[in-house]
Amino acid sequence: MIIGVPRESRPGERLVAASPASVAQLVKLGYDVVVEAGAGARASFPDEAYAEAGATVGTAANVWAADVVTCVSTPPDKYLSKLRKGSVLVSMLAPQSSPELVERLAQRGVTALALDAVPRISRAQALDVLSTLSNVAGYRAVIEAAEEYGGMFTGQVTAAGKTAPATVFVIGAGVAGLAAIGAASSLGAQVRAFDVRPEVAEQIESMGGTFVAAPEAQQEVSADGYAKPLTEEQQAAAMRVYAAEAKRADVIITTALVRGKAPITITKEMVASMRPGSVVVDLGAPGGGNCELTVPGEKVVSDNGVTIIGWTDLTSRMPRHTSQLFGQNIVHLMALLTPEKNGEVTLDLEDPVVRGMTVTHEGEVLWPPPPVAVSAAPAAAPQGPSEEELAARAAAAEAAAKRRATRRNLLAGLGAVASLLLLAFADSPTVDRLTVFALAVIVGFYVISNVAHSLHTPLMSQTNAISGIILVGALLQIGSADPVVATVAFIAAAVASINIFGGFLVTYRMLGMFRKDV
Amino acid sequence: MTLTSLAQATYVVAAVLFVLSLAGLSKQETARRGNILGMVGMVLALAATVVLSLDVSQRDPLVTGLLIVLVFAIGATVGVWRARTVEMTQMPELIAILHSFVGLAAVLVGYNSFLVEEADAVHQIEVFLGVLIGAVTFTGSIVAYLKLAAKMKSAPLMLPGRNWLNLGALVASAGLMAWFLATNSVIPLAVMTAIALALGFHLVAAIGGGDMPVVVSMLNSYSGWAAAAAGLMLRNDLLIITGALVGSSGAILSYIMCQAMNRSFMSVILGGFGTEGGTVASGGPQGEHREVKAPEVADLLSEARSVVIVPGYGMAVAKAQYPIADLVSRLRQQGVEVRFGVHPVAGRLPGHMNVLLAEAKVPYDIVLEMDEINDDFPATDVVLVIGANDVVNPSALDDPSSPIAGMPVLEVWKARQVVVFKRSMATGYAGVQNPLFFKENTAMLFGDAKDQVEQILAALRSREAAAV
Repeated sequence: MIIGVPRESRPGERLVAASPASVAQLVKLGYDVVVEAGAGARASFPDEAYAEAGATVGTAANVWAADVVTCVSTPPDKYLSKLRKGSVLVSMLAPQSSPELVERLAQRGVTALALDAVPRISRAQALDVLSTLSNVAGYRAVIEAAEEYGGMFTGQVTAAGKTAPATVFVIGAGVAGLAAIGAASSLGAQVRAFDVRPEVAEQIESMGGTFVAAPEAQQEVSADGYAKPLTEEQQAAAMRVYAAEAKRADVIITTALVRGKAPITITKEMVASMRPGSVVVDLGAPGGGNCELTVPGEKVVSDNGVTIIGWTDLTSRMPRHTSQLFGQNIVHLMALLTPEKNGEVTLDLEDPVVRGMTVTHEGEVLWPPPPVAVSAAPAAAPQGPSEEELAARAAAAEAAAKRRATRRNLLAGLGAVASLLLLAFADSPTVDRLTVFALAVIVGFYVISNVAHSLHTPLMSQTNAISGIILVGALLQIGSADPVVATVAFIAAAVASINIFGGFLVTYRMLGMFRKDV
Repeated sequence: MTLTSLAQATYVVAAVLFVLSLAGLSKQETARRGNILGMVGMVLALAATVVLSLDVSQRDPLVTGLLIVLVFAIGATVGVWRARTVEMTQMPELIAILHSFVGLAAVLVGYNSFLVEEADAVHQIEVFLGVLIGAVTFTGSIVAYLKLAAKMKSAPLMLPGRNWLNLGALVASAGLMAWFLATNSVIPLAVMTAIALALGFHLVAAIGGGDMPVVVSMLNSYSGWAAAAAGLMLRNDLLIITGALVGSSGAILSYIMCQAMNRSFMSVILGGFGTEGGTVASGGPQGEHREVKAPEVADLLSEARSVVIVPGYGMAVAKAQYPIADLVSRLRQQGVEVRFGVHPVAGRLPGHMNVLLAEAKVPYDIVLEMDEINDDFPATDVVLVIGANDVVNPSALDDPSSPIAGMPVLEVWKARQVVVFKRSMATGYAGVQNPLFFKENTAMLFGDAKDQVEQILAALRSREAAAV
């Protein structure tokens, strides 16, 4: 089958759905690839590079007549009408907000796979373009902010005085938010981040950010990995957090998107409370904007000198890597659709990933798909023990520990009394020897207690050699006139001496191997 | 000053040297000195004993002297030969078999002491205990040796009512001791010896191979107690001190091991791993795993900034420590931070991994313990798990029904990428499935660990050659 890669149709779009590297992999899967001339030019992938990777460079007509067409943004009608019946369209389609488009595709008999409808399950991560795009957007948001912000992100102490590091506040710790946190903290900024899902605190900290904890504003995990709408109290509490953080932030990056819609997180008043020269980068701009002052696609400056960036093409501003990663997502998708690696698409609608993405197939509308449970959610929670059970268990464990302690004390007491009685009956030389014995035991405990783990084996072979001291006993008996005793003593002495020689030497050999790094 | 008092004085010096020797062995810097001090102590003690022995000889001292020379000749020949030729991977077997020698010697010395000395109650008790401990050590060590050398099945032997059998053996021995005290006859002593030999066999046979580190150090302790008992019966302070030292050091070592596994000493001694819980059956596969090949791992490594290697028994089996050491030095030359994370119970002997890595000339200061490295995993790019399984099993922490629940483990899954070297998807020693293998950031590299590491090395080399 032929895969077509057209030039993107959206004005100003610099991305392309395949890189030379991904083309090579598609060819390996058994496909013929046609790339429209100049498709990758704006992402710095010249036509020759595609040709070298095994693609044919063709015209728009060639591309749109292919069996499979992959592109980044939804193609306009004039191209859709060129699609053949039975062909496969792989693109971002926003099926939930464009029912007429879905209807039209179904009528044309096109099999449409929506890249922005990949179910959020672990297995599908490799083909989740939204993760790819969010990641790049988060990074780029920091770069945009850094350009607009009139200072350095990192704090410096120089001969000419010192500068404070920038404080960056990130709202929402999804893929974009985390990427922004990582990028900002690697530029040296102090990063604070908030998310309504409390379980992301660890991820925020792993990227170098500080988690702003506000339990009253945070909620539980939802089954599909996305945040739920907040209750009113939670909403109010979250707004209080934003207001407090806005006052101290030099840069705010807001990434709140709940199912394609952008809730307001930064109000006019919050912007008014910010220092002049501060920057707000609104990644929610494509959904209308998280900031009240955002104008999608534009950069505006508030009355008090705060710049609000509402670019909707952040990913397109890094075309090279975005296209590379996007192309790789497509390769993973095609690998899933081509289990035989024979260049033929097999649409397995039993597979929840494929089913989730398939919007239309053989003239039928298959949207919306049945819900898929997310494997990332803590599935164990419902079947885990309840709090009372845990408390009961803890109480039982405590009681058991107490019983054990009592029993131990009792046994120790009995043992002490018994040994006392025994000792009282023994003669004085025996008591002397037992004293030596007891003291030696204690010395042994203390000498060994803090031995380094790496020396356990040498220690053991050394103590083993030393325990060959039993040879002393055997040697003293060896001179006995009784031949039986002498023979037995000889055997005992012989095996014990093997122990001594073997043990010491092998310890010596082992220790010789340990060396410090020079 | 008599010969005896001179010998006694020498014994005191030797005893002090032994204490210093063990103390020295607790740190790398002083370990060699500790070893030498032990040898000096032993030479002094034996020299004094030889003089004393010739002095008290009831026979022509020349004959006695010849016998002693013969003893040392045998010991030196066999001991030096074994010490020279043993492979570091076989260290556990060697130590186990050496323990059995001490046990045997203790039994023989006990019998001799019974034959030659006056019978009074205290002495009888001492002889009885000495023979008992010696016999248990003897057969126990032999079983441990057979299991470690894979000459015997390492799965725990499960006799019905095995704890009652052990208890019964002890009770019977107590009865026999009463008989022995009353009659001073050899029969109860001999019967007890037979029972003790069987007890030693059964005790160790019932313990699974995975618990061998604890068993070996426990037997080490027993051999010490046997020597101490011999000292009591022979009224020899040096034997008492040394035996007690070894006994208590072995005991504390076993205790440290058990703590590392978060299990009570009794539960290790009294049974195989995971035999009580019954959740072992839940060991079916738990999802999909991802497979990688050696060249991809080479890619990962050459891009990583920080790498941690977690070795396990599988590394010892495959003798992969040499190529691993090569790999490590190569990566370190390229500026990659490489360290080892060693779990306290990795391998079949306490500190087993350290000895193997030292043999391959891996500097010991990059070989870290679990507690030292666990916090660093989140900042680690790549973790290579080589032949380890249970010690990196996350269910020890988050599945309370797992047989290894509560055991501290190396939290490798917190690293960016984990590569597990494994021969197949089979379970580890505890027979528990390992959810680590199904984590998203885990990739499996199947095959013999040594071959795979060598392939990675080859891939790295060819890449370097291509870059030049």
